[in-house]
Amino acid sequence: MNKEKIIEVQNLTKQFGHFTAVNSISFDVYRGEIFGFLGANGAGKTTAMKMLIGISKPTSGEALVAGFDVKTNTEMVKRSIGYMSQKFSMYDDLTIKENITFFGGIYGLSKIQIKEKTERLVEELKLEEVIDKLVGSLPLGWKQKLSFSVALLHEPKIVFLDEPTGGVDPITRRQFWEMIYAEANKGTTIFVTTHYMDEAEYCDRVSIMVEGNIEALDTPKNLKSKYNVASMNDVFLKLARNAE
Amino acid sequence: MSIKVQNISKSYNKIKAVEAISFEVKEGELFGLIGPDGAGKTTIFRILTTLLLANEGTASVAGFDVVKEYKAIRNSVGYMPGKFSLYQDLTVEENLKFFATIFGTTIEENFDLIKDIYIQIEPFKARRAGALSGGMKQKLALCCALIHKPKVLFLDEPTTGVDPVSRKEFWQMLKRLQQKGITILVSTPYMDEAALCDRIALIQKGSILKIDSPENIIKKYDKIIYDIKAKNKHQLILDLKNYPSQYSVFAFGECIHYIDKNSVFNSTDLQNYLLEKKHMEIEISVSNPTIEDVFMDL
Amino acid sequence: MKRFIGFVTKEFYHIFRDKRTMFILFGMPIAQIMLFGFAITNEINNVNIAILDKSKDAETQKIINKISSSKYFKINEEITNENQIESVFKRGKVKAVLVFEKDFIKNIQTIKQAKVQVITDATDPNVANTISNYVNAILLNYTQEINKNNKSSHQIQTQTQLYYNPELKSIFTFVPGVMTIILMLVSAMMTSISITREKELGTMEVLLVSPLKPFQVIIGKVFPYIFLSIINAAIILLLGFFVFGMPIEGNLFLLAFESVLFITTALSLGILISTVSNSQQTAMMLSLMGLMLPVIILSGFIFPVSSMPLPLQIISNIIPAKWFIIIIKAILLKGATISVIWKETLILIGMTVFFIAISVKKYKIRLE
Repeated sequence: MNKEKIIEVQNLTKQFGHFTAVNSISFDVYRGEIFGFLGANGAGKTTAMKMLIGISKPTSGEALVAGFDVKTNTEMVKRSIGYMSQKFSMYDDLTIKENITFFGGIYGLSKIQIKEKTERLVEELKLEEVIDKLVGSLPLGWKQKLSFSVALLHEPKIVFLDEPTGGVDPITRRQFWEMIYAEANKGTTIFVTTHYMDEAEYCDRVSIMVEGNIEALDTPKNLKSKYNVASMNDVFLKLARNAE
Repeated sequence: MSIKVQNISKSYNKIKAVEAISFEVKEGELFGLIGPDGAGKTTIFRILTTLLLANEGTASVAGFDVVKEYKAIRNSVGYMPGKFSLYQDLTVEENLKFFATIFGTTIEENFDLIKDIYIQIEPFKARRAGALSGGMKQKLALCCALIHKPKVLFLDEPTTGVDPVSRKEFWQMLKRLQQKGITILVSTPYMDEAALCDRIALIQKGSILKIDSPENIIKKYDKIIYDIKAKNKHQLILDLKNYPSQYSVFAFGECIHYIDKNSVFNSTDLQNYLLEKKHMEIEISVSNPTIEDVFMDL
Repeated sequence: MKRFIGFVTKEFYHIFRDKRTMFILFGMPIAQIMLFGFAITNEINNVNIAILDKSKDAETQKIINKISSSKYFKINEEITNENQIESVFKRGKVKAVLVFEKDFIKNIQTIKQAKVQVITDATDPNVANTISNYVNAILLNYTQEINKNNKSSHQIQTQTQLYYNPELKSIFTFVPGVMTIILMLVSAMMTSISITREKELGTMEVLLVSPLKPFQVIIGKVFPYIFLSIINAAIILLLGFFVFGMPIEGNLFLLAFESVLFITTALSLGILISTVSNSQQTAMMLSLMGLMLPVIILSGFIFPVSSMPLPLQIISNIIPAKWFIIIIKAILLKGATISVIWKETLILIGMTVFFIAISVKKYKIRLE
């Protein structure tokens, strides 16, 4: 694997008044990597991610995303990334086609490009019969696969996934991870934030945030052997216990 | 029998939510409904807590019929709905006091039942529920559902959106409540939590696929699952799917779970096949099946 | 009973801890009364007018002096011929032009009749209407004066007098209107929102599964708002009375009874809304579109019912607020007793019973 850095974070800090949400974290993410960004609710992972996608200004420290400074060049940062969250993915009251056209449009794709992309998605996800159906009428698993594809419409260098597979059935979940592997294989970097530890097992490398600090950063395999436990869930439990 | 469900069906505007579901929960049992979102778990909870009427079938809770004797059920069960979030603008103590009052009891009267849980949140009793962390909120909600000493406790996805530490603590609390003789029906989309129940029902698309103890479900699973690892996971999945005798191929955490069609399986053959496809760092080993593996094969 | 008190206590916590609710409850009535009282008023002051006096005699001069000495009008311009009327209006300098006919004094003396034409700029119809009313009043006053002086006069007297609100004080019509709106807002909107909030939070499910009876839940939710609405009504009346000198002619007990009746009507509407909506947003939209707009537009608060087209007049009959405004105006301004307003009271009682009946029927002991 070539080790080209796509995200570089140096002493990134965010303070709200006297409260330090993110305390001088540093890490790198490489091109084509599936990077798991883990932490409990309130550990600071959402705050950190917001800084990386350019919607929150760091108090201090540096971060380069796809080569652009998140402090000064947020426009370019936003152009180079895709974002998918479990809470908001697509408009339920628009059809699949209308959603694709809309999201393609806001990322500045031309009509021809949107048409090509739509055709390719229809083929890849076998959407012929549902393309004109309202997104709201689709099962959850479909929606997730579809919104992942929509986040990739403008061919971003990095995709941020916010708790992508919570609550879906196990098979759909596997299909979703297969899509992620395929995308990573093409060289797209996948940045997954989650507090579901079993999602972490699928990542190439994971970092675990506890109370604003990154307490661990390695491959799931190394972390498990380091803490001498069987699952990422147990790694997390050990780390949390140490913090108390 | 504490809970008895016979042939319950329910549809909303012609869309079937649950279809001909039957199961029984014994007194003092910790019974899990395991299935993804939209499987029909919440519908079952609402029928059993008398909030919904089934289209077909009968059900009873603590010996009372869910339709005719709904008032008796409402007096004897504790219920924590899925999206239950308490009164955010009331303090911890006010919330608890409120639920005690409407159930015609006091915090003191049943304190021994909630003591273990309450002492963990007591330091924050003057704090508004809205300012609590996810794990704390969940503990408070459990206290509120227990305050009137229910015979049966219904917990609809209590651990969704809660961090691993709080999840673990929560299950420990359920075990202790069970020892006090409370029957517990709990639902969860997380397969790894299934193992913590006495018995589970695997449920998908409104139907129950299997009911048994987690141990039995795994023991009765007769296929052999192989953990397969290689450097390029994406290519590995594609190549395994093209392997002639493959039965199923699923990504599973760090590795791929592979099941072969034939009962006699030679791992060297597969290894050679993968080497031929230029895979590196190949590892093949027999894996212990999990509930999730069984679920996927149903 | 203990359960009920516990429930109501909780409800008061919700209300007192939410700044927005507190603002709607207590800030709004005061702000509205002040706004209607001081800013949005139908009264006119120092309106610029122009005079076209074709007669220029002693009599017209007297009238002009009288008009200009009133605080309502200021004579801005004197024009000399009719062609100028259009241009003064176009320049927007004046709101009205008074035209005295030729030989004004001669006409009064000979044919006992003289004409003053009031031309108003009707781009603002309300102001135009008020101006012509005021001018009429001044002229009327003037004719009365001359009649007094020469007792033998045969001049025809116009028998228009302004009853109940002789100074045309608009605040007197606004106080009942604002009171109606506020009671509707507090009672209907706030209750429907607070009930649907419990649905959103998921707490309604728990309350339903508790031994509390559904009607206990509803009464518990509604009770604090009855209490607060009564306080609100009192605040509005006190403000009207002390700040704007509005008369309260009628019996206070009757007033209180009718107010509580209307509050109950509004509350039953609020409960009805909450039974059909599942989110606070829907409840809010339904209350605003379904209740507030009709109250403002069709109740006769701003636009007189009698000047509406017939279909709207018929529709206005089903608006409870219309009847309450009639009742409360009668009590406050005319000192009416129940013998005068029994019909309207019965209509309100009927509506309340009807709404409560549907709500009870619609209210579910289960989720659907």
